[in-house]
Amino acid sequence: MITARIIPCLDVRDGRIVKGIRFQGLQDAGDPAERAAAYEAQGADELVILDVSATTEGRKTAAETVRRVRDVLSIPLTVGGGVRSVEDARRLLDAGADKVAVNTAAVRDPSLITAIAERFGRQCAILALDAAARPGGGWEVVVSSGVERTGMDAIAWAREAVARGAGEIVLTSWDRDGTRQGYDLDLLAAASSAVAVPIVASGGVNSAEHLLQGLRAGADAVLAASIFHYGETTVGEVKAYLADHGIEVRL
Amino acid sequence: MSNPSPDIAVVVTGVANLASVLAAWRRLGASPRVTEDPDEVRRADRVELPGVGSFGAAMERLRATGLDAALSERVAAGRPTLAICVGLQVLCDASEESPGVTGLGLVPGTVGRFPGSVRVPQFGWNGVEAPTGGPVESGYAYFANSYRLPVAPAGWTAAMTDHGGPFVSALWRGDVLACQYHPELSGAWGLGMLSRWLKGEVVQGGAR
Repeated sequence: MITARIIPCLDVRDGRIVKGIRFQGLQDAGDPAERAAAYEAQGADELVILDVSATTEGRKTAAETVRRVRDVLSIPLTVGGGVRSVEDARRLLDAGADKVAVNTAAVRDPSLITAIAERFGRQCAILALDAAARPGGGWEVVVSSGVERTGMDAIAWAREAVARGAGEIVLTSWDRDGTRQGYDLDLLAAASSAVAVPIVASGGVNSAEHLLQGLRAGADAVLAASIFHYGETTVGEVKAYLADHGIEVRL
Repeated sequence: MSNPSPDIAVVVTGVANLASVLAAWRRLGASPRVTEDPDEVRRADRVELPGVGSFGAAMERLRATGLDAALSERVAAGRPTLAICVGLQVLCDASEESPGVTGLGLVPGTVGRFPGSVRVPQFGWNGVEAPTGGPVESGYAYFANSYRLPVAPAGWTAAMTDHGGPFVSALWRGDVLACQYHPELSGAWGLGMLSRWLKGEVVQGGAR
């Protein structure tokens, strides 16, 4: 039986790890390659690097960061942030990413997902979906690091992206990201039952209990940044907790 | 390691992402080189056929380059050859992924899609149950696939995994080893398997 994946996320800007609250207020949290190796040693099942650089210069640094991480990493690596074209995807895959996540650019032009899936295989084409709750119920897609609400229904977009070739969805609750209140469990349950591809839960984790809730709500994998970066807990401790609560994990 | 820098030819198929594969070999002290030349594939001490896009695209490319014959000769002769992911699948007769396309036919069986009762693609770490004495140990491996060989093929030793029913996660005979998972992404367990294959510690336990 396939195990639940625990995925630390490194938000990287200009070659350094940063972690902010609601995509803002970034703080330095260390060297990506050092952290990546430490997480693998702790038992991380996969790693995500999210490039939050705002400039072209920063993006070049991102490919170099991916290269440095790949040299030391023997687990899968997903890279996202500012991927706008097949050429952007190719550059990151060449540098050592195993999967590339598209977000804003795919909302603007959904054929980008199809193009990446056809060129590199759907196992490389990951949709990063940021969703915000609507006052009247349901969720809408937000883009540009949460600045812009699109009005698009998040679950309908998940379905369309999968039909276009997305092999996995990293689903972030914009309302919860960085708040440490736990995942939006209703959002996870809705997305998980809407599509056949794996759902990676993201946004709002403060404890192992939050990860357990996410997996029980239907997520296939759970992503977290802060709880691991600041040494509050290790991937190994989290996995032991999940195993104690009946979740099958790779120990 | 008996040879400080073993030589490995990694077959380029045009669509495969090779960075992880090459990085893993370098971490093990090997010197991988990429090639699309059938003669180099015939000559090389060790050859790896890494995971590639679809079954049909992979076979088309192998036929167009003449690599199909070179790989078939190696596998038939039992020379050190490692096939990964779709690399395993093209050794088989055919695949539901690309109807009408013939595989290399070195491993009997047809590759099929996972049932609708489970997540597809299968993304993540799954348990591998392997008979003792072979190149593959029981443990957890990283998979990224929508298709798989459901039945252990005659004439090969197989390790099995479950995702909506059993499927072949690895098979071997002599120095030929094929795995559905990605050893280069399977942490220390995967590096251990690559290291054993590199040292030629894979000839026991195979059905000859």
